[in-house]
Amino acid sequence: MTPFLPPDLLPLVFAGLMAFSVLLYVVLDGFDLGVGILLRATRDPAERDRMVASIGPFWDANETWLVLGVGLLLVAFPVAHGVILTALYLPVAAMLAGLILRGVAFEFRAKAATAEDKRRWDRLFFVGSLTASLAQGWMLGRYVLGFDTSPAAMAFAALATVGVAIAYAFIGACWLIWRTDGALQSRAIGWARSGLWAVAAGIVAVSIATPLASERIFARWFEFPYVVLLAPLPLATGALILGLAALLRQMPLPRDALHSVPFWGATGLFCLSFAGLAWSFYPYVVPERLTLYDAAAAPESLTLILVGALIVMPVILGYTVLAWLVFGGKAKDLHYH
Amino acid sequence: MDTLLLSRIQFAANISFHILFPVITIALGWVLLYFKLRFNASGETRWIDAYRFWVKVFALSFALGVVSGITMSFQFGTNWPGFMERVGNIAGPLLAYEVLTAFFLEATFVAIMLFGMSRVPNWLHTLATLLVAVGTTMSAFWILVLNSWMHTPQGFELRDGVAHATDWWAIIFNPSMPYRLAHMLIASGLTVAFLMAGMSAWRRLRGDRSAAVATTLRTGIVLAAVLAPTQLVVGDLHGLNTLEHQPAKVAAMEGNWETRGNVPLLLFAIPDETARENRFEIAIPSGASVILKHDPAGVVPGLNDFVGEHPPVAPVFYAFRLMVGLGLAMIALGLGGAWLLWRRRDLPGWYLRALVPMTFAGWIATLAGWYVTEIGRQPWLVHGVLTTAEAVGPVPAGNVALTLTMYLLLYAGLLTAYVVTLYRLARKDSGEARSPSTAVAQPA
Ligand code: HDD
Ligand code: HEM
Ligand code: HEM
Repeated sequence: MTPFLPPDLLPLVFAGLMAFSVLLYVVLDGFDLGVGILLRATRDPAERDRMVASIGPFWDANETWLVLGVGLLLVAFPVAHGVILTALYLPVAAMLAGLILRGVAFEFRAKAATAEDKRRWDRLFFVGSLTASLAQGWMLGRYVLGFDTSPAAMAFAALATVGVAIAYAFIGACWLIWRTDGALQSRAIGWARSGLWAVAAGIVAVSIATPLASERIFARWFEFPYVVLLAPLPLATGALILGLAALLRQMPLPRDALHSVPFWGATGLFCLSFAGLAWSFYPYVVPERLTLYDAAAAPESLTLILVGALIVMPVILGYTVLAWLVFGGKAKDLHYH
Repeated sequence: MDTLLLSRIQFAANISFHILFPVITIALGWVLLYFKLRFNASGETRWIDAYRFWVKVFALSFALGVVSGITMSFQFGTNWPGFMERVGNIAGPLLAYEVLTAFFLEATFVAIMLFGMSRVPNWLHTLATLLVAVGTTMSAFWILVLNSWMHTPQGFELRDGVAHATDWWAIIFNPSMPYRLAHMLIASGLTVAFLMAGMSAWRRLRGDRSAAVATTLRTGIVLAAVLAPTQLVVGDLHGLNTLEHQPAKVAAMEGNWETRGNVPLLLFAIPDETARENRFEIAIPSGASVILKHDPAGVVPGLNDFVGEHPPVAPVFYAFRLMVGLGLAMIALGLGGAWLLWRRRDLPGWYLRALVPMTFAGWIATLAGWYVTEIGRQPWLVHGVLTTAEAVGPVPAGNVALTLTMYLLLYAGLLTAYVVTLYRLARKDSGEARSPSTAVAQPA
């Protein structure tokens, strides 16, 4: 198809689309992986059923954003796609194994013959969710520092590994506050309270480590005028954390007021952290090695995809909203019909 | 073993595991829609009972299809980076359209289909069932367009070794696409037909006389009777198309070494690639010439014209016979069953017992067919454009061996769990089924 955008703009538009899918993925699958991580924090089988029921109708569509994100990487930046995925070969495999276990445990636990069997699938559900989250954290850490293999870089990756898993558990807890009530909700509030401080610590650690690790990133943040223009980002993050902490301390509020606010607050934190990372990387797709412009696919192919994406994306968002409306409210037991 | 061989085994293992589930969900989605529509129209509970049981099978298969599919979409980058670097301009948009038009559609509406019956109006639930069926079929369309293009590439030009699209219409409607798509969709229909018939026959034999089981049994048999003969015709046309574009593959399927006329149809043989001849041939004289050229004296290309660039003969040869053999068995059982039903006899025990071992025959034939197609393409990955060896990535062999082991263990466990769960579901459902129900309920 004949390109209608200037060739320079296309890679940028695709980087934007890709960032959008990855961000949606991290928030959406983040909460359902997080619920998986928290699954074994309660022993009560009925509570576990409700936790799983709260994410049952969502996880599949949530994961599709990952497929779209990696698909866009693959179609828009084929060379970068190869470099990144071969460098992350083992963690990708670990993540896939985790996602496989988690996804099938959903179904198998619902059809388990005995309580013992169900507990076994619950364990795999937890292990799968945790493995996938840890693997994603490790990949993030390795990616941020351009696959550097120095001990410091590895330590950073280890930090990111734990950080992502905690962040997912946190947003998962916020989801449960919104979608459950009673004893389970009180528990979730407790999980969110402790999770929030770990998340805050993680954000601070990453914010300190990234600029120190790379002079280029340091310059992008601390040179004039960036240091002024970017100031709202850390300030907003700090304010959001404090606000959330204050709210969580008061919860549950009478008549369950504000029960969805922690989830949206957590989403806000994810978005702000993501924006910070995106600013650090631009214009690289493989940090310090390949820019968007070096790695982009042929403009004709990209234009064809763009047209499809512009037509279809609104429709996808539309029926995603429909599904959220259909499955709104507090989670009840799920029944197959 | 080197990275190339290990990556090939790993890819084959992953896609073989993956395809087991799409091949069920693609056709089962349409069957569920059929059950739902029959229930909406008649209000007879047997239709909704059948729906309720098979939607569980669908949900389980769908989940396994999704997670193994996600693995597939990462494979290109982790193991075959050369593939995207060289033909990414063509493969990329096709994969992107699959995600955009199919994956989101099915992933979102499957939730409403599985969990939404009591939350949405009946029409929306029926619509969700339809959209899921459309989604799985569209995803088969896009991935088969890509796969067919890899077999019969056209509509592109090479610049510095990288493929650039010149004509998307030619790429999408490449010569083997219509045949492969039709053959695959029918394969899915047959897999589901025999899964339904086989499981229902087993339940019937164990004394389950419920109306839902009888209904499913009949649906499966009728579906098989219609689709199995069609598959023979489509498969034959598919083979003729392959003869035109990939003659070396057909030579391997036929086990034919010399280019000549009056080529026999080998029912059995042991191809020996070192001696370049067959042993223990059992053959129908001139059969292959008749099938491929519609003329006993028709000249059929032989493997010796392609020394050094034809695929390994034995696996293609055996897999082809396995597929066609199962296809013939399906025709016999499908038509035989339809005849028995038409004569309004109760299905005899021997016939039911013959259906049971065919429960998973669709899986075996489908895998055999894909092995014919894919091994028959070697050494090419994209026919005439890119070899498999050129596409492989720089990952150390040890890492691939590690992940391969991991996948194999995982898949062995999951496959066992899947089959055991189907068995348990069938047994439990039969246990709960009461005497044949004739009750009439209102659509929900
Ligand atoms: C003929 C059919 C067919 C074939 C050959 C393939 N697939 Fe597939 N795939 C489907 C038919 C399908 C499906 C029916 O659409 C699935 C199965 C169950 C499901 O949920 O969707 C699916 C699921 C599925 C998913 C998950 C979608 C989701 O999140 O909902 C991905 C990412 C892939 N596939 C990717 C692939 C790749 C990269 C393949 C080849 C290399 C491939 N599939 C071969
Ligand atoms: C769904 C059913 C499929 C099955 C069972 C299947 C099976 C196989 C097998 C057995 C091989 C190995 C051949 C060999 O190396 O000797 C292979 C190779 C390959 N196939 Fe398929 N295939 C399927 C569909 C597809 C599709 C839809 C695509 C792409 C769109 C695809 C892309 C490839 C690639 C990239 C290879 C190269 C790796 C290799 O040679 O092992 N396959 N496939
Ligand atoms: C009944 C006689 C049949 C004939 C004559 C036949 C013919 C063929 C041929 C010639 C191919 C190779 C296509 C290529 O060149 O790449 C093929 C592939 C295949 N067959 Fe069959 N087939 C038959 C039955 C079946 C049955 C019963 C199934 C499954 C239920 C099946 C599933 C497949 C699949 C999945 C492939 C690979 C995908 C493709 O290339 O279409 N076939 N078949």
